Amino acid sequence: MNNLFKAAFIIAGKDLYSEWKTKQVVTTMLIFSGLVIVTFSFAFDPTNNTVRAIIPGLIWVITIFAAILGLNRSFLSETKNDNLFGMIVSPTDPSSIYLGKVIANFIFVLIVQLVSIPVLFILFDFQFIGHLPLFIAVVILGTFGFISVGTFLAGLASNSRSSEMLLPILLFPVVSPIIIAAVQATRILLIDIDQIASAISWIQLMGVYNLIFFVLCLVLFEYVLEV
Amino acid sequence: MNEPKDLIDIPEESRLYKTLFYISIPMVIIALYLSFIYAPVERTMGVVQKIFYFHVASAWVAFFAFFIVCVFSIMYLVKRSRIYDVIAGVSAEIGVVYTAIVLITGPIWARSAWNTWWTWEPRLTTTLILFFMYIAYIMIRKMDGAWEKKARLASVFGIISFINVPIVFMSIRWWNTKLHPVVFGEGSDQVGGGLEPEMLVALIFSVFTMTVLYFVFLQKGIYIEKLKIQTDRLKEKMQERMIS
Repeated sequence: MNNLFKAAFIIAGKDLYSEWKTKQVVTTMLIFSGLVIVTFSFAFDPTNNTVRAIIPGLIWVITIFAAILGLNRSFLSETKNDNLFGMIVSPTDPSSIYLGKVIANFIFVLIVQLVSIPVLFILFDFQFIGHLPLFIAVVILGTFGFISVGTFLAGLASNSRSSEMLLPILLFPVVSPIIIAAVQATRILLIDIDQIASAISWIQLMGVYNLIFFVLCLVLFEYVLEV
Repeated sequence: MNEPKDLIDIPEESRLYKTLFYISIPMVIIALYLSFIYAPVERTMGVVQKIFYFHVASAWVAFFAFFIVCVFSIMYLVKRSRIYDVIAGVSAEIGVVYTAIVLITGPIWARSAWNTWWTWEPRLTTTLILFFMYIAYIMIRKMDGAWEKKARLASVFGIISFINVPIVFMSIRWWNTKLHPVVFGEGSDQVGGGLEPEMLVALIFSVFTMTVLYFVFLQKGIYIEKLKIQTDRLKEKMQERMIS
């Protein structure tokens, strides 16, 4: 067990370090999310008051599309020099590869959100009046659920030559519960604060989903990375 | 870890297929009779309601097919025998066809019953997401590479997405009931409570018929898959002979 976490942290550290040196993934994700915000400002007039209602949706659209970019890279970057094969034959549990990748992707997406959500609020002139700690909890839970399933399916899709095309098709139907829950909870916390009780139950749903799928992916990952 | 086994016997139409096929012919005729002539015409919806017998039956088979996919995916991962993978794949293909039938007949019926083509009701949305998951599953199966790899990955996805179906259903139900969580209890019941006994007979019979048809298709599909595998083997043998 201890070994599992140690190997996972080493793999996550390796990904974060190589990202620190190249700054490839996070930069692309940040620019992309900026472009999405700009596109949205053309699609939905930011001066219009009704646009407040779509802000929660925008947060998650940005997160999902930016995260897909990162998820695509996370296993494809390992196919160079057969790194993935090296990881498989190394004396670690395959689950620790998964765990390490989840940690690294999760941190990438959190960095992107840390920048893009405030930018979204500023550009759309959105006054935050909701419950901040709960909002952060929703963002973290939702992102974690999305990333844990996404990393798993990215590993699955990386077996194919056309994995960039395959991943979104695999991922979106499976993560639909977490998207519904995250958008609804965010909507309540940002613009409909009276219904905070149902936000709590959405958060519980996200917690259950995360637990089920995280454990399932951790167990099944060894079948994904078999040679 | 078991080694993947490519144990496919030389294909032959199974006797089960023949029996089921000859049972299914009269059953389909009886089902058509029951639903179009025997069952009374519904008072408010009229003749359009007849679609209900095939709609519900197809929906049941679609979900059942996905259940079979999940069961045989688990069995493949445990036993690593190719036949389980073949069964899961064929079942998914039939499932896509039935889900498509559900998604086509549904709006036709809904147009006259609810006066709208589509609502984001839990059952409808879940079926739609189920349809997308089936397609994703088939896309994994059509991936490049060796069959062992594709079978393994498809099995993993089959398990994941089957477990996802009830969660999707629950979350959409919560979303749709205007954020007041319904954990247990009935949703909006499409049947509308009182069903005429003749209608119920027709419904149960057509569900049963569709299930038999599913097994007929399953047997036929497995037979075709086996033929494909056999053809590939013969081709390979031929190539080897031509090279040497």
